[in-house]
Parts: sequence; structure tokens; C-alpha cells
Amino acid sequence: MTQATYNGVLNLAAGAFLLAAVLIVWRRELRSIVALLAWQGIALAAIPLTEGIYQHDAALIVVGVVVLLLRAVALPLLLARAVGTEPGERRESTPLVNTTTSLLITAGLTILAYAVTRPIIALDPSPSTRAVPAAFAVILIAVFVMVSRRRALSQAVGFMMLDNGIAATAFLITAGVPLIVELGASLDVLFAVLVLGLLTGHMRRTFGGTDLDQLRELRG
Amino acid sequence: MSFLLLVPIAAPLAAAALAAVLGWRRLTSSVTVAAALSVLVSAVILSFNNRSQVRFGILNLFRTDALSITMLIVIGTVGTLATVASIGYIDAELAHGHTDAKGANLYGVLVPIFLAAMASAVLANNIGVMWVAIEATTVATAFLVGHRRTRAALEATWKYVVICSVGIALAFLGTVLLYFASLHAGASSGDALNIDVLLAHASRLDPAVTRLGAGLLLLGYGAKAGLVPFHTWLADAHSQAPAPVSALMSGVLLSVAFYALLRVKSVVDLAVGTGFLRTGLIIVGLLTLLIAASLLLVQTDFKRMLAYSSMENMGLVAVAAAAGTKLAIAALLLHVLAHGIAKSLVFLGSGQLQAAHDSTQISDVTGVLARSPMIGATFLVGLAILLGLPPFAMFASELSISRALAGAGLGWVLGAALLLVVVAFAALVRNGARMLLGPPAPGSPAIAVPRSVSAALVTGVILSLVLGLTVGPLLELFQTAASVLGGNR
Repeated sequence: MTQATYNGVLNLAAGAFLLAAVLIVWRRELRSIVALLAWQGIALAAIPLTEGIYQHDAALIVVGVVVLLLRAVALPLLLARAVGTEPGERRESTPLVNTTTSLLITAGLTILAYAVTRPIIALDPSPSTRAVPAAFAVILIAVFVMVSRRRALSQAVGFMMLDNGIAATAFLITAGVPLIVELGASLDVLFAVLVLGLLTGHMRRTFGGTDLDQLRELRG
Repeated sequence: MSFLLLVPIAAPLAAAALAAVLGWRRLTSSVTVAAALSVLVSAVILSFNNRSQVRFGILNLFRTDALSITMLIVIGTVGTLATVASIGYIDAELAHGHTDAKGANLYGVLVPIFLAAMASAVLANNIGVMWVAIEATTVATAFLVGHRRTRAALEATWKYVVICSVGIALAFLGTVLLYFASLHAGASSGDALNIDVLLAHASRLDPAVTRLGAGLLLLGYGAKAGLVPFHTWLADAHSQAPAPVSALMSGVLLSVAFYALLRVKSVVDLAVGTGFLRTGLIIVGLLTLLIAASLLLVQTDFKRMLAYSSMENMGLVAVAAAAGTKLAIAALLLHVLAHGIAKSLVFLGSGQLQAAHDSTQISDVTGVLARSPMIGATFLVGLAILLGLPPFAMFASELSISRALAGAGLGWVLGAALLLVVVAFAALVRNGARMLLGPPAPGSPAIAVPRSVSAALVTGVILSLVLGLTVGPLLELFQTAASVLGGNR
């Protein structure tokens, strides 16, 4: 792989990664949100795969394949199973912030990400580090999704996006954390999403829905 | 000796495996108690064996020094008290139909896993492994918080998992940034996250990236330690969890999360100076104290009251860490140990009160001292410790923290903290008196106290008295731990 192809593929992956986050803010249908999350997982896995091929690093390619299986296949499947079958459960209810405002906020957060990541790029101005604002933007957008959505499942999606953003940052700036930490962290995320999926099931049975506005028993 | 390092992790895991195979029964719950006790015993043996030494195990992924030994003592002590009391608590829950055999089995497996995760967190040399262990505590405790499967328990679990996972994810981002800085400071990729390597390279870490990472780590681990701004899960989770788990979460888990912050602080202070995290800790510490004290004033639920008292204490610990002197850190560690034991006393007692009244409202509970001298007296001792009354250890620790703050030139922080502690004091006294003293309301139900709960409570009171009267050999351990963190004034 030449330097130019490497740069091109890396930037394409980072761009697709950010685009998936923006589309998740735009969409309300839970099934398409989960599908977008799978696309985001593919874009994420492309980063270590590209770097692994470019640097002839077999370990990184293996990590990339694991990331692909976990974040583009396993976790979205888990979430898709948790999406209810009742019609009322398949869409995000009226959002706290309307779509236009949400997209404007998303743009603002992306600019903020460029400002926040300046010290990182200053320390190591390599092609991969230059893509890190996209990863940080996804982190900020994920937090925004978590605070502005009302379905339990949307919060789980926000959490996974947050995690994708952090993983992308790690791959872009350090070619991934040490293997033992990467494995442990992936296992933790898998369990956390499993727990969230189980909890949505319990909630639907107990509350008859997953609108988080119903969570108002514990106050003060 | 290096196998001793793994006992605190392996023993609870073995107990969990046994509980998974055999289910909840006297044998498995006793083995869990033995595992918790083995955490304490191995910590004591390690501390007698040249306590200033730093030991490493398994590819340098794990380490012990005076600080991790101190934390193991806290985990072992509170873990033993809580697992002993679990025997009677779960049997009573089964008898009342609040849980079923499946729930009891799950409890039997998750509690030792929770202990093992906390032990791994304080033994980790690699701060990435430390992060994995702390996130594992969230996963292990999720279904413990939701043990009763009621609406309130479910709501508490959801908030707990979502808020703590987001918080801890930010801590992971901070860890990644430290790794990035460490690689650029010349560390090799395999061990760039090891505490000893980070300390050795600290002076060459890029200040701007380190500050960004440190801020994220403060927010992230602060979420697990019950500090502002991600504190909103704490009262819900601690009040809905089964009493022995509340004791573990309030008494140990919060301080284990804060331990992670202390470890990170020792590196960050060397890299960017003490000012950065000092300012951060003072802000979150004082805000946490403020919120805890105000919510204590209006509290009508006794388990939530105890949870906010934990928040208040973590705020105080954060302020002490901001001072960062040797005296402050040693006092902080004594405070953490005394707080752990006190919270075991009050939470275990509150579990029996909740079982008797089927309510956690302060107004439903009257005349406890007259109705059950065992629960009443031990609850009173627990409250006295939390109030910082002599002869108990938190009197000494709060006094030393005050002296340390004054000595570090943080007089205004001391003033603000003292004011808020006094507010919390008044609220605890008022609510405590309402529940414990005076004649019981007519028709109050009998308070049952299982033998195992009494045993844990009496042991806790004895330990508190001993710790209050003489810190003994622990003082040297705390001081060594403080110098490990670089507090050398």
C-alpha cells in the first residue's frame, strides 16, 4: 500500500465514521439507527486494518478483525434483538431537541472537537493523528445523543457510539492500546451492552415500555 | 511471596466458581466469607513483610506496595463483614419472598466476583488493567443493585449502569491519552501504561496532552467515586442494593475508584505540577460536599441518607487529596478505612430495619434502641463514627485532614469544607435521633436480627473501637503509602 492510498483510505474511514454518527442524530427509526451503528463499526474496524496492512503489522490486523466482528456484527445484533416488536417501541418518541437543532448542535460539537484535539495533533502531526478530531467529534455527539433521547435503547446506542469514538481515538493516535487492555476493554463493553439489553427487556415487562420519562420514582 | 499477590484475586474467583456450581447454600456462602478473609490475611502478611518494598507479578501487570496493601485491608475488612452478614440477609429475603432461589444463586456468584474485581483494581500495575477491573465492578454489581426486581430497583440499575459506564468510558479515553503521551516520552508500547514506567517517564510527558487526559480521568473515576458532576446514580443505587452490597459499594467501591485517581495523580503531578489536579479536586470535592450536605438536610429515606453521607465523605477525601501532603494522604487512608467499617455497621443495620418495616422512610422507624438493642446500639456507634466523634478513628482523620489543609495553605477550602461538614453533621444527628431514640410508636413490628448479622455488627464495633484507640502498626503503613504517592512534606 502506498503512502497516498494509506492516507486516502484512513481519511475515508474517519469520514464515514463521523458521517454515521451524524446520520444517527438525524434518524428516529430504531432499526435504522442500529444498522447505522453497524456501518460505523465497519468504518472503525477499517482504521486498524488499514494501519496493519500499511505497517505490515499482523497483530493489528487481528485486532481489526476482532473489532469488526464485535462492533459491526455482535453488538448491533444484540441491540437489534432488544428493539421491541410493538410498533410504539420501534421509533424514538418525540425528541427533547428537534432534528434541525440537533444537527446544528452536531456541527458545533464537531468544531469543538477540532479545538479540543489541538494538543494531540501538535505532539504527533502524522496522517493518522490528523484524523483524530473526527473520533473526538463522535465522542461528543454520542454524549449529546445520550442526554437528548428518551428511549432506553437510544441511550444504549449512544453508549456504543461513545465507545466506538474512544476506540477510534486509540487506533488513530497510538495504533491501539496494549493487547491485554484491548481484550479486557472489549469484554467489558460486551458485558455492559449485554446488561443494558437485559435491562431493556426487564423494563419493558415492568413498565410496559422503555420511555425513560417513566423513570421518576427515585428523587432527592 | 509473589503468589500472595494473586490470592486476593484468585480466592474470591474460586468462591464464585463454587457458588456457580453448587448454588446458594451454607457451604458456598461460608467459602465466600473465607475468600474475603483471605484478602485481609494476605494483605496483613504482605504488610509485615518489608512494607516499603514494591513487588511485581505476572509480566509486571500486578504490583503491591503500601498503598495497595492499605486498600486490600479495606476490601478484606468490609468484604468479610458484608459476606458474613449476607448469610442471614439472603436467608431472610428468601423467607420473605423478596427474592427466589435463582436470585440467591446469582447473588452468591456476583458478590465474590465483585470482590475479585476490586482486588484486581488495587493490585494492577498497568493503569489499563486497573481500568478494566473498575469497569468490571460496574458489570458485576449491576444485577446486585437490581436484586429485588422492583420498579425502583430497575430504575436505579439503569441509571447506575448508564451513568457509570459513560463516566468510566471517559476515564478510558484519559488512559489512552496518557498512553499516547507515554509512548512519545520514550516508553515502549508493551509497558507504557505501567505505573512504574509512567512515573519514570513522568517528567517527559507532554504537558498539554497529559492535562487533557488528567481532566478526563478526574471526571471518569470521579463518576465511580460519587463525585460531581456524575454523582446522580449514587443515592439510587446505594439505596436500592441489598444491604450487604450497599455496605460494599459505599464502604469500599467508592474508595477503590478514588484509589485509581490517586495513582493517576501521582503521575500527573510529576508531569504538569501539583496545581492542575489540586484545582480540579478542590472544585469537585467542595461541590460534592455542597450537594451531599444540602440533600442530607431534606432527606426522608434512611438508606438514601446513608448514601449521601458517603458522598459527603468522598468530597472530604477529594479535598484531602488536593492538599496532597504526607499527612493529608495518611489521614485520607485512615478516613477511608474507618468510613468503610462505619458504613458496614449502618448499612447492615438499615437492611434489618428495612426488612422489619418493609419501608426505608425515616418517619416509619421509631425507638429502635428500645426495640432492638443490637441494631440500635451498633447503628448508634456507626453514626458516631460518621459524625467524627471521639474515640473513633474519623475524629483523628478529620482533625488531621484539617491540619493538612491549613498546612498546605488551603485555609479557605478548609473553612468551606468545615461549614458543609457541620451542616451534614446536624442533618445526621437529627435523623439519627428521630429513628433511634425515644419511645417506639405503637404497633411497631419486631426487628429480627439473624445471628450472622449480629456477628458482623459486633465485630465491626470492636474493630472501630480498636482502630479509634490505637492506629498502631497501620500508621506506619499509611505513611509509607503516602510516600509512595510522592506526598513527602
